[in-house]
Amino acid sequence: MSTTATTETKPAAPAIEKIKVKVDGREIEVPKLMPDWTGKLTPTTMIQACELAKTDVPHYCYHPKLPIAGNCRMCLVEFGTPALGPDRKPVLNPDGTAKIAKSPRPAIACATPISPGMEIYNNTPTVKQMREGVLEFLLINHPLDCPICDQAGECKLQEYSVDYGQSASRFAEAKVHKPKAVDLGPRIMLDDERCILCTRCVRFTRDVAGDDKLGIVNRGSYNTIAAYPGTQFDNNYTLNTVDICPVGALTSKDFRFQMRVWFLKETKSLCNSCGTGCNVLVSSREEKMYRYTPRENDAVNGPWMCDAGRLNYKWVGRADRLKDVLMRGAGQGGLVKTTWLTAINDISDKLKRAPAGSVAIVASARQTNEELYLLAKLKANLGALSDSVEHTGEADRLLVSADKNPNTNGARLNGICYTEIGSNLPQIAQGIQSGKIKTLIVFGEDVTTQGIGADLLAKLDTLIVSDILPNATTQLAHYVLPGAAHVEKRGSFTNTKGRVQKFMKAVEAPGDARAEWEFLHDLVHNVTGKNGYVTIEGLFNQMAAEVPGFAGLSWAGLGDTGVTVTI
Amino acid sequence: MIVDRRPLTFWEKLYLPAIVGGLKVTLKHAYSTLIQRKVVTMEYPEQKWTLPENYRGAPYLVKDQEGSTKCVSCQLCEFVCPPKAIRITPPGASGQKADRANAEKMPKEFEINMLRCIYCGFCQEVCPEEAIFLLKDYSITSTSREELVYNKEKLLALGGEHGGIQKWKHKLEEAKAQENFPVKV
Repeated sequence: MSTTATTETKPAAPAIEKIKVKVDGREIEVPKLMPDWTGKLTPTTMIQACELAKTDVPHYCYHPKLPIAGNCRMCLVEFGTPALGPDRKPVLNPDGTAKIAKSPRPAIACATPISPGMEIYNNTPTVKQMREGVLEFLLINHPLDCPICDQAGECKLQEYSVDYGQSASRFAEAKVHKPKAVDLGPRIMLDDERCILCTRCVRFTRDVAGDDKLGIVNRGSYNTIAAYPGTQFDNNYTLNTVDICPVGALTSKDFRFQMRVWFLKETKSLCNSCGTGCNVLVSSREEKMYRYTPRENDAVNGPWMCDAGRLNYKWVGRADRLKDVLMRGAGQGGLVKTTWLTAINDISDKLKRAPAGSVAIVASARQTNEELYLLAKLKANLGALSDSVEHTGEADRLLVSADKNPNTNGARLNGICYTEIGSNLPQIAQGIQSGKIKTLIVFGEDVTTQGIGADLLAKLDTLIVSDILPNATTQLAHYVLPGAAHVEKRGSFTNTKGRVQKFMKAVEAPGDARAEWEFLHDLVHNVTGKNGYVTIEGLFNQMAAEVPGFAGLSWAGLGDTGVTVTI
Repeated sequence: MIVDRRPLTFWEKLYLPAIVGGLKVTLKHAYSTLIQRKVVTMEYPEQKWTLPENYRGAPYLVKDQEGSTKCVSCQLCEFVCPPKAIRITPPGASGQKADRANAEKMPKEFEINMLRCIYCGFCQEVCPEEAIFLLKDYSITSTSREELVYNKEKLLALGGEHGGIQKWKHKLEEAKAQENFPVKV
């Protein structure tokens, strides 16, 4: 494994020629070519130039990761190009600057390429008037549904109405009514009245998801979005259409009428459903999670994520979560509630007295890099065997990885498991069988399903289990240490491509449950006698300094989008 | 900063003139109530003030002229409420549908903590459905704190009926009139 850390996944592209344009009178240099939605270099458009100039051009149908449709007309801007004389030479003003011939007609910024010396006017009275006109037409048939619309608060139509709308409608006729609350698919609800026909959903599902299911039917004012007759809009990426829908036409059934978006606290986190490690925002209110939404990271997931990962958050709030520190009483007693202090001290004493080689560790590749690092320290100190458990599923061509562990590479880099994950498990089982292994530490896995059955576990002197949800292993444990779900703690994962990404804490862990790295720190301190860092930043930086695979990284340096290490 | 007390004047030091002044007021009131029989107090629980038109009392939920809940659980009042007295539980996707056609949703639970409420009237002002009004109730009493958290049922019962334009109903009527045009998908 190489130790170089890079922030780029691809080699640096050859230098692209820069051209000068003016946006609202400010001159900026922009590259002549910029990546389009597929990443291919195409001539830079005016909307991209305006974005580089930090000028906001309102738009509905344009999306940087979708093919350009140019149908909403909201991004109309005025522009001018240097005037050319009959000799094809630029005409100059008396002061020596190039004379600008202003285009008599506006152009849509999303589909018009820039040219050298072009001037873009994004803020003129004409532009404002055009946008007001476009918005007025979009609102003609739009129902004033905001009080019952889930999009309210994150709706582009609302936002631009504030900027370019009028307080009263001039439309005196009856609005065209279209189907409401249409069941489009198992996860999507469609309200055709709210739709502004930007076709973002159509383009996404055709060009990105590759499931050409949506289209526009009927004509003129009666245009409606619909799924192909007789079919359901059902693929693993349908909920992305809810994210990109600029209005409340497509809404998520899971999030429908659950909470208004302005109450939600958004925390930068990661999806832990597979090895891809899609960047997400966790929306929560008062320790309750309401949804995941993808967070843009072009090195990992772009602006998308799969439906399965997005909806896989409800287990965090399950009522049967492990909330208490439990310890098996003397003799054949059952599990009784105890305190962290008692349990950690007890476990530390036992581990300190354990002869080398009598301890085995089964960690989980769902744990964070920092936790696996601490476990690796424990392993080194105890001379223990260690491994992790493989979870695999079906991959797809877009985002879903076959590896269902979010941090398999973190476990590998920390030396908890080897290239072939789970190869040590039979050895551990054998060790228990032969009586060599007397203590087993299990983190976040049900080992009874991995060849270490209840009969083997009964042979152990001490079984220390940390988990989030109860399972067959936690029931047999001598010590149960309740852990925290990844949204309840901070940490980092290393995805299948070696991207080290950090995530933040969104909600509190229930009851006595604690982040694993916190009590692992105490345990490592007690057993090894060496103090470590008590903050996640310090711990990560220490890991980066000691583990070659993470060399050169720092917690702060990970940023929001992570850093790629060589696997 | 320490402000020195103003020293007493000569007349104040005499003490008695102030006593006489006080007695004058007492005697004047004694004369007007005992001799002239003028009433200056009110026997409060039995008698009550006539409240001004714009008086802001406790906020209650109201029903429309057909007896349906007007609130659609948009949670704007919960958001705007300065003391966070309002707590709304949204219905969720599988929750109970609104009890009037076309409104799609209504709150599963709506609670106002009357101990927290400061009668500012922001909820009434922000409500897009005209579903919450500050009525003229001001003597809100109870023997426990829990009782003063009014739930949806209680708020609706206290709020009574307050007709309005019934926009959802009109929308539905308008939509029904267009039902057979164009050809249904």
